[in-house]
Amino acid sequence: MADVEEAELSDKQKKEIAKWFLLNSPAGEIQYVSKDVKAILNDEELYNEAASEAFPLYNKSQMICLEMPGRIGDVLVTSFGELKENEFLDLRTAQVAIVDHIKQVCTGLRPALDDELPSPYVEEFRCSLDAEILKYVGEAYPKGVCSVYCTKGKDVEGPGSDFDLVVVISAARLSPQNFCNGSWRSVWNIEFKDVEQILELRGKLQVGAHYFEEGNVQLDAKHECKDTTVFQSPDDCAITIASIIRHHETEYLASLEASYSNLPDTTFKDLRRKLPVTRTLFPWHNTLQFNLTRDLTKELGIGK
Amino acid sequence: MEAAMGLMRRIPPKHTETALSALLSLLPHHSSELLSQVDQPLQVLCDVDCGKEFILCEYNRDADSYRSPWSNKYHPPLKDGAFPSIVLRKLEVEANDIFAIYRDQYYEGGFSSVYMWEDDNEGFVACFLIKKDGSKTGQGRRGYLQEGAWDAIHVVEVGPEEEGVAHYCLTSTVMLSLTTDNGLSGTFSLSGSIRRQMDMNLSVAEGHICNMGRMIEEMESKLRNSLDQVYFGKTREMVCTLRPPAEVVMRLPDC
Repeated sequence: MADVEEAELSDKQKKEIAKWFLLNSPAGEIQYVSKDVKAILNDEELYNEAASEAFPLYNKSQMICLEMPGRIGDVLVTSFGELKENEFLDLRTAQVAIVDHIKQVCTGLRPALDDELPSPYVEEFRCSLDAEILKYVGEAYPKGVCSVYCTKGKDVEGPGSDFDLVVVISAARLSPQNFCNGSWRSVWNIEFKDVEQILELRGKLQVGAHYFEEGNVQLDAKHECKDTTVFQSPDDCAITIASIIRHHETEYLASLEASYSNLPDTTFKDLRRKLPVTRTLFPWHNTLQFNLTRDLTKELGIGK
Repeated sequence: MEAAMGLMRRIPPKHTETALSALLSLLPHHSSELLSQVDQPLQVLCDVDCGKEFILCEYNRDADSYRSPWSNKYHPPLKDGAFPSIVLRKLEVEANDIFAIYRDQYYEGGFSSVYMWEDDNEGFVACFLIKKDGSKTGQGRRGYLQEGAWDAIHVVEVGPEEEGVAHYCLTSTVMLSLTTDNGLSGTFSLSGSIRRQMDMNLSVAEGHICNMGRMIEEMESKLRNSLDQVYFGKTREMVCTLRPPAEVVMRLPDC
């Protein structure tokens, strides 16, 4: 009987399902999910195929942070720093990390080649910004990791051309023993516009949390913001950008807090009140009241 | 099966339906177990005979048809469908009427249904269901929610009456999701599901409906508070752990 039913689902379909589960794992939980998926799939080869396709996507989307050998720091796994599927650039140390996606570890290092790095002109801006962001993240996030990449115009030699930098901040708090995990991801795109002599910033903030002690509750919050400022020297740009980012992110946190504060009495009420309007419990025993109310509801058509 | 339940605890609650159908197709020989153990958001159908909606679940299903608690007919029509006894049906009708008023008092809208059937132990089982769409396009009175859904499933097993007392075992599941979206602060989405049990021995002097009703009311309030304070509270704590509010940061020494 098992054979007939399993024949209804092709290997390809099973693989897609396995990938879906892996990709939709909450932050920090893919290893647990993968164990369950492996058990259900009961086909090691198929699972490995699914994993090899799903893990890289998950790791980049979650912007996981891996320790580089030699204690030189951490590397962020993001699409911005991806040179090859398993090679990720860390500009702060000018190293390329070789990564095993499924095990989620950094297995090796090699120095970055010159043509993988931005030009000295762009690097000046990138490096100053990196230093300022590092300071900001160190103060604002207990366990945050950040990186600055050049996403456009990395070979620009001097003034006269536009280039883009991207600031990535990733913080994860994993506490599986307390049944709670969470992650904060910020991606700030900064366009350095030479002709207009302005900088345009676009930020995308995403926060997630999962609590699953005898239940399953998840938070998924997203926000986008914009700002502009003048094109200045690398150091001044860096200070201004960092302060703009700090301002917006702090404001966002405050609005998240406000959303939470509104929950019990306001937002939740649209789903279910704490008590009826009468401010007393429902009178189950009072059948007379029911007969009256029942007639009333019929007349007023409320019962629908 | 354990692995399947593990997955259901981790996958975001808003993907419950997709996850369940994925699991059903991967584990077809576990389908009845999966369907009874995994709760899905409730669906609603309109009873064409009286123009009222009723909620669909495993407890009023026979083959591919569902029995309406209002007209007691199967939709689509079914030959030899299962029906509660005449006595139990009378109780079921009363329960539906009373529960509809309870539902209106607390939910200010939404749909409810009660289904009862005899069990093997000379007692019976009753299932009380509520579905509320609290979004501003649905029945959210105050317009706070872009999207909001509350689904409650309460199953009460009632034991046979002995010396004027009966044993009630209530298993309740609440699934909820809410999204606020106010442009300025992006989208804020919370969703989750929890399940709890409650056992009581009660005198049948005031009747079964009264007893079951009180248990359900108490349970719903507990679940609402728990979801709000404990569960959502923990996610709030997590956000503050990831990035403590500005006041905390200012106290740190200047680098």
